[in-house]
Amino acid sequence: MEDTILSIEGLKTYFFTEAGVVKAVDGITFNLKGGESLGLVGESGSGKTMTALSVLRIVPKPGKIIEGKIIYNGTNLLDKTEKEMLQIRGREIAIIFQDPSASLNPVYTIETQLGDVIRAHENITKKEATDRIIKLLELVGLPEAETRMREYPHQFSGGMKQRVAIARALACEPKLLFADEPTTNLDVTIQAQMLELLNELKKKFGTSLVMITHDMGIIAKLTTRVVVLYAGRVCEIAKTDVLFERPKHPYTEALLAAVPRLDMKKTLQVIPGNIPNLIEPPSGCRFHPRCNYATKECEEEIPILEEIEPGHFVACHHWRDIKLKGEKEHLG
Amino acid sequence: MAEADLIQVKNLVKYFPVFTRGILLKKQAGFVHAVDDITFSIRRKETFGLVGESGCGKTTTARLILNLIGPTKGEIFFNGKNIINMFNSSKKEEKLKLRRKMQLVFQNPYGSLDPRMTVYDIISEPFIIHKHVPKKEWKERVYMLLKQVGLEEYHAERYPHEFSGGQRQRICIARALAVEPEFIIADEPVSSLDVSIRAQILNLLGDLQKTIGLTYLYISHDLSSVRQISHRVAVMYLGKIVELANADELFDYPLHPYTEALIEAVPIPDPKTKEMKIILHGEVPSPINPPSGCRFHPRCSRAQEKCAEKEPMLEELKKDHLVACYFPLID
Repeated sequence: MEDTILSIEGLKTYFFTEAGVVKAVDGITFNLKGGESLGLVGESGSGKTMTALSVLRIVPKPGKIIEGKIIYNGTNLLDKTEKEMLQIRGREIAIIFQDPSASLNPVYTIETQLGDVIRAHENITKKEATDRIIKLLELVGLPEAETRMREYPHQFSGGMKQRVAIARALACEPKLLFADEPTTNLDVTIQAQMLELLNELKKKFGTSLVMITHDMGIIAKLTTRVVVLYAGRVCEIAKTDVLFERPKHPYTEALLAAVPRLDMKKTLQVIPGNIPNLIEPPSGCRFHPRCNYATKECEEEIPILEEIEPGHFVACHHWRDIKLKGEKEHLG
Repeated sequence: MAEADLIQVKNLVKYFPVFTRGILLKKQAGFVHAVDDITFSIRRKETFGLVGESGCGKTTTARLILNLIGPTKGEIFFNGKNIINMFNSSKKEEKLKLRRKMQLVFQNPYGSLDPRMTVYDIISEPFIIHKHVPKKEWKERVYMLLKQVGLEEYHAERYPHEFSGGQRQRICIARALAVEPEFIIADEPVSSLDVSIRAQILNLLGDLQKTIGLTYLYISHDLSSVRQISHRVAVMYLGKIVELANADELFDYPLHPYTEALIEAVPIPDPKTKEMKIILHGEVPSPINPPSGCRFHPRCSRAQEKCAEKEPMLEELKKDHLVACYFPLID
């Protein structure tokens, strides 16, 4: 593994709404090594998308980054001016959004949209840009790239649109790529094609990838390390195989037990209750109202993220005392 | 006609006309072959899963069974009676009686509940329509239904916006149960819910089946949840059923190349399982001009000349395992 390319320290992004302050990201810390595939898992409202948007500094209003550091290649992105950020977005750090129909502009051709990205960052002629676009579209597996690039987004199917979005994200060969649920809207067979494509391109360009998803299957297949988020905080960070084999946080365990598997039938364990409201999140550990192991301590004190074995971090008061199911299986 | 069957669908066809935009008159340009000659039956107290990618005709099948749209051709039997004839001819009371027996739970619990009605109004509305519960008992009945789906009595006075997605889906299920149906169609009931909430709803559906003996048609593109909840499963591709078998048999020993490709495409949440292999390239062709012969042949790795020429029939290859393929995966 190479050096750390991105490190996020104590990031807080709050939304100042009329109903109150929504603590969407509330003290998230993790880092990413060069060339790594990191998974960011969580349910809706866990802050996974807002973390990505914070790194790119495109948090929508009324959201604001109020605290923390985002160190990218040694410099804090939060200290950069807007002009400097323009040079970073797209060229250094790029993002693929969940819904390609919404992230592509319907009134411009694919050629124009990709050309804009390339020519914003590189001083090349239109002709050179066009050649690049054709190459890019062929790379992401768009058939008849030369003619189809003159078409508009509505003329493409969902899978093809997402291919175009991937091509746009990779247009300037960024060093860091965020993929925010890039396959949620797609059918499974198309999803498999996309995951394969992302994996291939990642290898080819040596890009670091942050895969944002709620699908444990994608995490297992595509990532090497995972950050589990719940209600704006980090629960657990571990290597992917460690996380699946011996999760130490009750939420991670519950999440794994609640997901049906295609290769076997099992009794689904239910996580009781609902996702908390982030205007008034639960005190102490935010998972405590839904946790089977919660005690008074969990209600009162916020657990800190501690390293329990090399590279395995957990934020839980009771990780030592409780025997999680995953572990029992592991021992037996 | 087997006694055990609650629903029988025979040679069901639904074409939707497609029009081109003319200056004065619309011109018919062709048909979308949404459902094209499918036959299957659903046994009493079983969960029948219907899987396939978007546009394969799953939801159209559901709407046809409920007679929300009329079929182009074909027959549907409920409890041995031809319900298409009944819906077309019989009196209003007869139709209402039939409607009471079948209910639908939609995908999006945000869109399928009226935001201006309280939960009490929503769940008691079927009583107004079907008049099967005397007014004095409404309150009691609503409370009972809420309890049945895991909600509390005080929830009755609230409005849908006060609930989370999972709770809303529970309200939808309670509303469906209000008419004491025998048969419920659940169309992607968990796809818009969060992962930790999905298990709650899937387990609730399973429990209700055990306690009140419901029959389900479970429609989803999420194969993992289909395996979890279904007894038998049919796989659809471009308006056709390509394979039908018991859930475990189908997922462990698929016979149709498309089923195999679908299964392979689902990532298993376990890093130790084998690598995904992609067998399926390209996309689902247009249902307006579906490919000749076997509709899957342009994307199939096993396809030969014969596949493009003549359509394979759905045949019982193994016991209770039907497949429509000339070169099934038997080795």
